[in-house]
Amino acid sequence: MIEFQSVTKQYQGGQPAVDQLTMSIDRGSITVFVGPSGCGKTTSLRMINRMVEPTSGVITVDGRDVTSVPAAELRRSMGYVMQSSGLMPHRSVLDNIATVPRLNGVSKAEARKRATELLDVVGLASALGKRYPSQLSGGQQQRVGVARALAADPPVLLMDEPFSAVDPVVRDELQQELLRLQKDLAKTIVFVTHDIDEATVLGDKVAVFAVGGRLAQYATPEEILRAPANDFVASFVGRDRGFRHLGFTTSDAVSIHPVPTLVMSAGQFAGDPAGVTDWQLVVDADLRPLGWARPGTDSELIPGGSLFRPGETLRRALDSALSSPSGQGVAVDGDGKVLGTIRAQEVLGVIEEARQVRQAAL
Amino acid sequence: MEWFLANSGMVMGLAGQHLVLALIPMVLGLVISIPLAQVARTHPALRSVVVTASSLLYTVPSLALFIILPSILGTRILDPLNVIVALTIYAVALLVRAALDAFDSVEEDLRQAAIAMGYKPWLRFVQIDLPLSLPVMFAGLRVVSVSNISLVSVAALLGVGNLGMLFTDGLQRNFVTEVVVGIIAILVLALLMDAVLVVLERLLTPWTRAAKASGPAAPSAASYLADANIHTGAAP
Ligand SMILES: Nc1ncnc2c1ncn2[C@@H]1O[C@H](COP(=O)(O)OP(=O)(O)OP(=O)(O)O)[C@@H](O)[C@H]1O
Ligand SMILES: [Mg+2]
Repeated sequence: MIEFQSVTKQYQGGQPAVDQLTMSIDRGSITVFVGPSGCGKTTSLRMINRMVEPTSGVITVDGRDVTSVPAAELRRSMGYVMQSSGLMPHRSVLDNIATVPRLNGVSKAEARKRATELLDVVGLASALGKRYPSQLSGGQQQRVGVARALAADPPVLLMDEPFSAVDPVVRDELQQELLRLQKDLAKTIVFVTHDIDEATVLGDKVAVFAVGGRLAQYATPEEILRAPANDFVASFVGRDRGFRHLGFTTSDAVSIHPVPTLVMSAGQFAGDPAGVTDWQLVVDADLRPLGWARPGTDSELIPGGSLFRPGETLRRALDSALSSPSGQGVAVDGDGKVLGTIRAQEVLGVIEEARQVRQAAL
Repeated sequence: MEWFLANSGMVMGLAGQHLVLALIPMVLGLVISIPLAQVARTHPALRSVVVTASSLLYTVPSLALFIILPSILGTRILDPLNVIVALTIYAVALLVRAALDAFDSVEEDLRQAAIAMGYKPWLRFVQIDLPLSLPVMFAGLRVVSVSNISLVSVAALLGVGNLGMLFTDGLQRNFVTEVVVGIIAILVLALLMDAVLVVLERLLTPWTRAAKASGPAAPSAASYLADANIHTGAAP
C-alpha cells in the first residue's frame, strides 16, 4: 500500500505543482491519476520512486518512509513505464528487458532467459528479442517497456501515460492486455493518463487532479461518472459521461430476438427485390454475420455495426443497436455465431429501469 | 616518383613519427575532455567557463605555442614533448565542445528512464551516456584527427621529425618533388586515419544502422570541420 501524507511539491519559484496531497493507494489494484495537463500527475508519480523529492510531507510504501530506502534500491523495487518507451537504443530488446535484473546482480544468461519468458507474457514473439528497439513498432515498444518494468518482479508498477503515443486501436489492445496481465500478477499499479476513458477502463479507483495539484475526487470510476464531486470533475469527465457510465451496468436484462437470415454462398445471396420482408441478416456457412440485406433491394450487402456478446455492458449493447443499419444490434456467441438481435428501444428501457432501481435505493 | 621510391624508407619513417605525434595528443585529449565535459554538463555555471576557455585556447597560434612551451615545461626546443603537449591542448579545446554536444545528444527521456530503473550515476554514465554519445563523439574525433595531422607538420619548422620536414627540406633545396611527396603523404595519412575512425565507429555503434530511416540522426562533422579549417589556415 502506498500512502501520501500531506505531500507538497513546489518547484523553484512557482505555484505548488502538488498541494497537500493525502491519499492511500490500495495494494494489488490499479489506481489511475487523471487530470488536465500540468496538474501534477507526473510529479506525484515520481515522488513515489523519489525521482522527485517532496518539499514537505511523507510518502510511505508498506508503512516504510520512502526516504529511508536508498533511491536506487527503491527504484529497482518499482517498475516504471513512460510515454516514450524509454528503451535503450543501443541494446537489444532482450537486454533492455534484462536491465533491472542485471543491475541487481543476476547473471546475464539467467536475466536473458527471464527476459525471453517475459516477451511471451506481454504477447511478443521471442524472435523479436534480438532486434534493436528502433526495429519495433510503437505498440511493440510499449509492450517491451512493460516487460522491462516487470522483469525484476517488483510489487509496484508506476506507469506515466504509457499508451498515449500509440494509435487508438493499439491503445485499446494494450489496455486489455494490461487488464489481463493484472489478473494474474495483482501488482500495485499507479497509472497516469489525461484520458478519462482510459481511466475508467483501467482504474479500480480513479484520482481526478485539478490544476495546482489538488485532489478533486478519489473514487471508483463508476462513482466518478455517476456522481462527480464538483463542477470541475463534472466538466472534466465530459458530456459523454452518461453514456460512459453505461459501461458499468450489465446488460443481462436485455432480451435477444430471433432474426431472419440469408446464407451467403459463393459470394451470392438471394435478396428480396419485392420488399415483402423486413431487414434480413446475411451470414456465412458457419452462421457468422456478414452484413444486412435491405428490403426491396436485390443482393446488395450493407455493412453491419458493432457486435454484441451477451454479458457485455449496456454501453456495448446500446452501441451495437445504434450502429446497425437495421436498427437491430447483432448478438453473437463466443465463436462469433449469430444468436439474434437486440433493439435500441429495449436497451433504453433497461437503462431506465436500472436508473429507477438506483433511485429507489437512495 | 623515382625520388619517392629511392627514399621510401625515409618517408615511411617520417610518416610513422608523424602519426605518433598526431595520435598521442588525440588520445590524451579524449581522456581529458570526457570527464571535463561531463562535469561541465552537470554544473551549468562551469559550462560557460569551459566553453569559453576552450574557444580561447584554440585561437592561440600553434607556432607560438611550440616556442613558448619549452620555457614553461623546461624542455629543449627540439623535444617532441612540446608538440605533444601543444596538440593535446588543441585536441582538448575541440573535444570538450564535441563531448558536450555528444552528451547533449543523449535524449533526456533515456536518462530519466535509466534513473527510474535504479541506475547509480557512475554506471549510468558508463553504460548509457557514453555509448549513446558515440556517434556525435566520433564526428568530433574525426575533426581532431585531421586537424592534428596537419598541425604536426608545423612542428617541422622547429626541427621535430615528421612528414612536414619534407616541405622545409624541399623548400630550402628548391626541390619541388620532395614538397609534393610531403603533401601527398600527409593527405594519405589523414585519409587513412579518417577511414580507421569510420570503421571503428561502425564497429562500436551497430544499432545506428539498424534504425534505417527512424531515430534522430547524429549531427554531421561539417560544423566542426568549418572551425578546424579556419584554424589550420591561420595558425602557421
Ligand atoms: N522540473 C521542473 N521544474 C519546474 N517546474 C516543473 C518541473 N516539472 C514540472 N513542473 C511544473 O509542475 C507542474 C506539474 O507538472 P507535471 O509534469 O507533474 O504535470 P502533469 O500532470 O504530469 O502534466 P502532463 O499531463 O502535461 O504530463 C507544471 O506546472 C509544470 O510546469
Ligand atoms: Mg506528465
